Amino acid sequence: MRKRHFILVFYLILLMLPIYWMLNMSLRTNADIMRSFELFPSSMTLDNYIKIFSDSSWYSGYINSMIYVSINTVISLVTALPAAYAFSRFRFIGDKHVFFWLLTNRMAPPAVFLLPFFQLYSTFGLIDTHIAVALAHCLFNVPLAVWILEGFMSGVPREIDETAFIDGYSFPRFFLAVFIPLIRAGIGVTAFFCFMFSWVELLLARTLTTTVAKPIAATMTRTVSASGLDWGLLAAAGILTIVPGALVIWFVRNHLAKGFALGRV
Amino acid sequence: MEKWENNRAWFLILPVFVIVAFSAIIPLMTVVNYSVQDILGPGQRIFVGTEWFREMLTNSRLHDALIKQLIFSGLVLLIEIPLGIAIALTMPHKGWTASVCLVLLALPLLIPWNVIGTIWIIFTRPDIGLFGATINTLGLAFDHTANPLHAWITVLLMEVWHWTPLVVLLAYAGLRSIPDAYYQAAKIDGASRWAVFRYIQLPKMRGVLTIAVLLRFMDSFLIYAEPFVLTGGGPGNATTFLSIYLVKLSTAMDLGPAAAFSIIYFLIVLLFCWIFYQALQAVGTGDKS
Repeated sequence: MRKRHFILVFYLILLMLPIYWMLNMSLRTNADIMRSFELFPSSMTLDNYIKIFSDSSWYSGYINSMIYVSINTVISLVTALPAAYAFSRFRFIGDKHVFFWLLTNRMAPPAVFLLPFFQLYSTFGLIDTHIAVALAHCLFNVPLAVWILEGFMSGVPREIDETAFIDGYSFPRFFLAVFIPLIRAGIGVTAFFCFMFSWVELLLARTLTTTVAKPIAATMTRTVSASGLDWGLLAAAGILTIVPGALVIWFVRNHLAKGFALGRV
Repeated sequence: MEKWENNRAWFLILPVFVIVAFSAIIPLMTVVNYSVQDILGPGQRIFVGTEWFREMLTNSRLHDALIKQLIFSGLVLLIEIPLGIAIALTMPHKGWTASVCLVLLALPLLIPWNVIGTIWIIFTRPDIGLFGATINTLGLAFDHTANPLHAWITVLLMEVWHWTPLVVLLAYAGLRSIPDAYYQAAKIDGASRWAVFRYIQLPKMRGVLTIAVLLRFMDSFLIYAEPFVLTGGGPGNATTFLSIYLVKLSTAMDLGPAAAFSIIYFLIVLLFCWIFYQALQAVGTGDKS
């Protein structure tokens, strides 16, 4: 047991080193970062954070990202739950093909697809809206949600469904009251992954927005200026991009950790 | 366990089908359209058939990038999947320590990809970065901007750092959904730790591991922002992976060849994912019987 914990702690420390370095950089001025190596910043400053919170072109990036990521996560989960149930429980015409086709939508290299995407969304007049980015991100998040949820649902014995139907549950009531609590862990993981992949995606989000719905990842490219990168400011913005996702995983952690107890029906 | 046969299940997947098809079909058709045309300007297009495909298939730099990409993705899978499972097995099952582990694991995944590359530029700098300075203090000359091998190690290290937590989270959630009764039965039978892992934990993780392998394969095969920002594809062409080459091509030439390249690229990813998927499905059914 001791050895197991030692390995885990060692891994987590290695994992945190680049993030610590980002934190370290975010507390220093650009000139200070470029001048010398300092394990602990000797002259700490919060200027980088103050600049982000006082400049609306910076903090509106966070708000925009949060809006479309939330819309996307909700759409992904609501549409994927019934679909994943269908794939895990039923056989129907084209089931295997549709299931695999869904995932193929994640497999295309984005570079050349950006132009047709822009044309498609401008035809519908959706450019520079949050819903456009949320919908576009469904392309890779909905298949992922279906696949992850299907895996968890297949782990639930089908006798549970049969027993519930014999007991007189209607399908919607069975699904909401019995089945969803059983796969809480799966829903938690799925919600986190949808949030995460939508949050860090840059190319589509940047292509489909100009000003009103501009995401934070695109705002960050502004730190590149004639005088080079403003590393401190970029690091501070990077630290702040971690915060919302860390909150999300904090809220789903119990669903992740508890697993599920069988025989609740 | 035979699945119930019922074609009305299509109604359950209809919302997903509509929402994905909306963004998927028209852009794909447009790119296919580009790939068989020579686009000279607005309204000036010549149908060229399979010319771009033939040109791309005989392009030696593409072959070069493809081989590098295959080695890279292979290494990524070989390192991240076993490491991810191992870490998930060491994680505590409950309590505040489990919560802290989960939050810490998620942090690298939440940083936008272009920022990861930028942070690693400084992190690996021998004069002002933690990683670079540490390696240099150990007396090893390390420079990822000049030495191709070092550039590879750096990009691979960044990739493993960034994405292993994804495998850990998936494997951990899979482990947590194994009912305690299975472990109790194994205890009564006097099963060894290895037997518990091999015959209970691993088969029960098949679903999440399939997703982990497929996701890690396709995302590492399509990797762009992180190595592009960190090394710019260099030194020389040492870390010019497929997508970096594709972007170079699409900015240097017109859309036709780049679109043909995209289609070929897409089909390669599709082929490999199909093989992995089939193989993992077969392994799973073998365990059950």
